[in-house]
Amino acid sequence: MENHKRQILKYAAAKRVAQAALLLTLAALTAVIIFVLIRGLPHINMQLLFGNYGKEPSIKPALVGTLYLILIAISVAAPIGIGSAIFLTEYTNSKSRIIRIIRIATETLAGIPSIVYGIFGYLVFVVALGFRYSLIGGGITLAIMILPVIVRSTEESLLAVPRSLREGSFALGSSKVRTIFSVVLPCAASGIVTSLILAIGRVMSESAVLILTIGMVVNKMPEGIFSPGTSLALNVYYFGSHGYPEQAAATGVVLLILVVSINILATVLGKVFGKGELANG
Amino acid sequence: MAEKYNITVRGCDLFYGDFQALKDINIDIEEHEVTAFIGPSGCGKSTFIKTFNRMNDLIEDCRITGEILIGGQNIYAKGTDVTLLRKNIGMVFQKPNPFPMSIYDNIAFAPRTFGIKKKSELDDIVESSIKQAGLWDEVKDRLRKNAMGLSGGQQQRLCIARALAADPKILLMDEPTSALDPISTGIIEDLINELKTQYTIVIVTHNMQQATRISDKTAFFLLGEIVETDVTEQLFGNPKDKRTENYITGRFG
Repeated sequence: MENHKRQILKYAAAKRVAQAALLLTLAALTAVIIFVLIRGLPHINMQLLFGNYGKEPSIKPALVGTLYLILIAISVAAPIGIGSAIFLTEYTNSKSRIIRIIRIATETLAGIPSIVYGIFGYLVFVVALGFRYSLIGGGITLAIMILPVIVRSTEESLLAVPRSLREGSFALGSSKVRTIFSVVLPCAASGIVTSLILAIGRVMSESAVLILTIGMVVNKMPEGIFSPGTSLALNVYYFGSHGYPEQAAATGVVLLILVVSINILATVLGKVFGKGELANG
Repeated sequence: MAEKYNITVRGCDLFYGDFQALKDINIDIEEHEVTAFIGPSGCGKSTFIKTFNRMNDLIEDCRITGEILIGGQNIYAKGTDVTLLRKNIGMVFQKPNPFPMSIYDNIAFAPRTFGIKKKSELDDIVESSIKQAGLWDEVKDRLRKNAMGLSGGQQQRLCIARALAADPKILLMDEPTSALDPISTGIIEDLINELKTQYTIVIVTHNMQQATRISDKTAFFLLGEIVETDVTEQLFGNPKDKRTENYITGRFG
């Protein structure tokens, strides 16, 4: 009986400890968000957002630069990543040794610190290919960085499409290509789109890769993809280390809002697309 | 493909890797008849029905020997157009598997695969196929709605309509009612009786009453072999083999 009581106490204590841990996590998260908002929100103004970079700093070049980087990174990484995932799931035997090795390799690639991708981008695009500091070099490096993530999540979306649908399509005389494009991909679309949106979020938040590849030119509008430039995340670093703490916080707020909206968008799209689809599959 | 669509199987063996799933199968399936395959789980009846439209091609290390002739032609001969074979031999699966797209697009799927693009032509095929499957009155007002919104029984009839839209000659059904309620099952059994005037039907069923209700001939499978094939009333009323008798009287399985 004594023993039993002690057990109950133990369980109760364990629950309290876990609860406290959760509270701490939430507190840390809210502290960051509230702190950045308090420091940054008052300094957001039209000059900072859309003004020309003169005496007063502006993040307009960074907004444009970030947009360029997203476009370059996604247009390079999406077709290659989705194509690789299709090959891995639809054309190979998932139990074969080579495929398992490829899978481990992609997962390892996803775990490489981004500064390492940065130094690769610097050596290849800036130096060896002679692009100098440019948005295209940074964008492609980012594309390489997000590739494994896109491959992995696309693969998961494709694997989630029930086998019975593929069989149904084949049984109607469809070729493999028609089955993939008319049945499998539409079913997996929501998952793939969600993963691309999350990849955009990663591109927006990345700074280490860009320090080494795009030149961090904060005061000039980029003239094209071969021009050097800057990004929002990079601007936070620049402002913070060059005596503009308010602007750094304000840019942080803008970045935070954008990344959070992107994540919400991904969740909402996933839910909307996911409805009805495969519900009974 | 030939004009006639009878199926003749001679000395068919099938292996999954080292495991032999079918042993020396011989059977003749006549046109415009319903042939039922019965037998306990794992006896190879589903494996066997899938050899007729070469669905087992999709399974790795599946090997098949012997002859399967459809209209006198060996469908495992080199140069067989599997696409065309599957167009001519429709298949309905155990679990309804409509594509998550509109009812219309589900039915138009196979015709589109085979190059029919004209809307009027597709409209005709969609309407006649759904009518044949006895689903028209229930869905005619919502052809553009997602097929996943239909009930299980409706989904299965949609899958039958989808197979018919390819204009097949033979219809294979792999336990088509095992996931359905008794009313939906009854509707589909009536449907099979209507369809057999136009199609050769092969059906795998777990349900012996179902076999007696709908089939002309029945083959009893056990451990990868056909024990007995006969006219359905004969097989159930007067089985020749002791094992058949044991099975149909419920002594095992």
